Amino acid sequence: MTCTVRIASPLRSYTEGAATLSVSGRTLAQVLDSLEARCPGIRFRMIDEQDRIRPHMRLFVNSSEAQQLTAAVADGDTVHVICALSGG
Amino acid sequence: MAETLWIGTRKGLFALRALEARRRWRLLGPQFLGHVVHHLVQDPREPRVLLLATRTGHLGPTVMRSTDGGRSWREASAPPAFRKAAGEEPPRAVERVFWLTPGHRSESGTWYAGSSPAGLFRSGDGGERWEPVAGFNDHPMRPQWAAHGTPDGEFLHSVLVDPRDPRHLYLAISIGGVFESSDRGESWSPLNEGCAADFMPDPDVPFGHDPHCVVQHPAMPDRLYQQNHCGIYRLDRPARRWQRIGTAMPRKIGDVGFPIVVHPTDPDRVWVLPMDGRTVWPRTSIDGRPALYTSENAGASWRRLDRGLPRGQAWFTVLRQAMCADRHARTGLYFGTTAGEVWASTNSGESWRCLVRHLPEIYSVTHAA
Repeated sequence: MTCTVRIASPLRSYTEGAATLSVSGRTLAQVLDSLEARCPGIRFRMIDEQDRIRPHMRLFVNSSEAQQLTAAVADGDTVHVICALSGG
Repeated sequence: MAETLWIGTRKGLFALRALEARRRWRLLGPQFLGHVVHHLVQDPREPRVLLLATRTGHLGPTVMRSTDGGRSWREASAPPAFRKAAGEEPPRAVERVFWLTPGHRSESGTWYAGSSPAGLFRSGDGGERWEPVAGFNDHPMRPQWAAHGTPDGEFLHSVLVDPRDPRHLYLAISIGGVFESSDRGESWSPLNEGCAADFMPDPDVPFGHDPHCVVQHPAMPDRLYQQNHCGIYRLDRPARRWQRIGTAMPRKIGDVGFPIVVHPTDPDRVWVLPMDGRTVWPRTSIDGRPALYTSENAGASWRRLDRGLPRGQAWFTVLRQAMCADRHARTGLYFGTTAGEVWASTNSGESWRCLVRHLPEIYSVTHAA
């Protein structure tokens, strides 16, 4: 299963500037593991040590926001990594 | 390495490079623009090595390492993180790496990090990979020691390594108190006797205090000074009872503040920067007139130092990591404000001048040479 991951700008230092990457995985957890294998260090900036999505990160599979890393990902899906920040 | 003040801010890292024997300073940076920089510390064992504790508004906490004096940086491959929660245990995640301390000079590559929520972490390879210190993080009393943090969480800071013995450690938690280990972090006990905790229902508690900053004198490691939420204290080990030396401060100034700095060689010399802890705790300079106070007799008496600082309408706040001393014979003192100014004295605090304005909110100021 191959999906496209759209990377928010705060994380592109890990992707050599790439805004999208193609990786494999049947769940969000597997997609993030594939991403980590290609871009070491990126996962921990999004996901904490208890496998929770960090408070200012949002992960969508296509147009549905995922609350858990168990969310299913199908071939051809797009995973959006979005940063949510307020204030100055 | 060129003499440098490293300025960690809420929006990046800056450096002030000393020129002409500290008469001029050149501002460099920013590096890590937009990143929150909580602390930067030079390794005294390998002076070209610097460690930096950082995160961003969006992204989780991490540690960066430089081996070329801050020109280039590489991220830790395993940043500080709690172990996975087991069973019904409440899950803990590091929100910020707040404090960095180099290990003992005999332990090359060893570093300690303190986090919020309160956690202690150790690296044995120069900051590349970090492990939780189970003796503290999983201590059966830890939930009680750090039970009353603010909504921002408790902050573990002031990790001190006894220069005579790498097994002998201190740490402090705001809010939680001061704790001591004599077995390299395997076991810990509170060390708060004599400290006030005026905000607690029972002010005479063994832990639950709010130490803002604790320092150990490098030439007399049995001497500790503490700037607490409730006063200024000194402890001369092996005694276990802190003496409130802030009672000798002028009554109208009081003895509340964040930072406390010791002279590099004279254990009786110390500087504090009092803040307003009245009514709703403005935490600014008192009456808008910033001043340091110094003691040359281990806290028996204090003297005001304000020459060159604004005479009024200056509402400084100086955080616990944002004041430091250098090691020159004429001691340099430096502090950064939350309004983005860096002030310096090159005569032990007798007179002051502003080195730079308009930086982001300053979290830490550290001297490296």
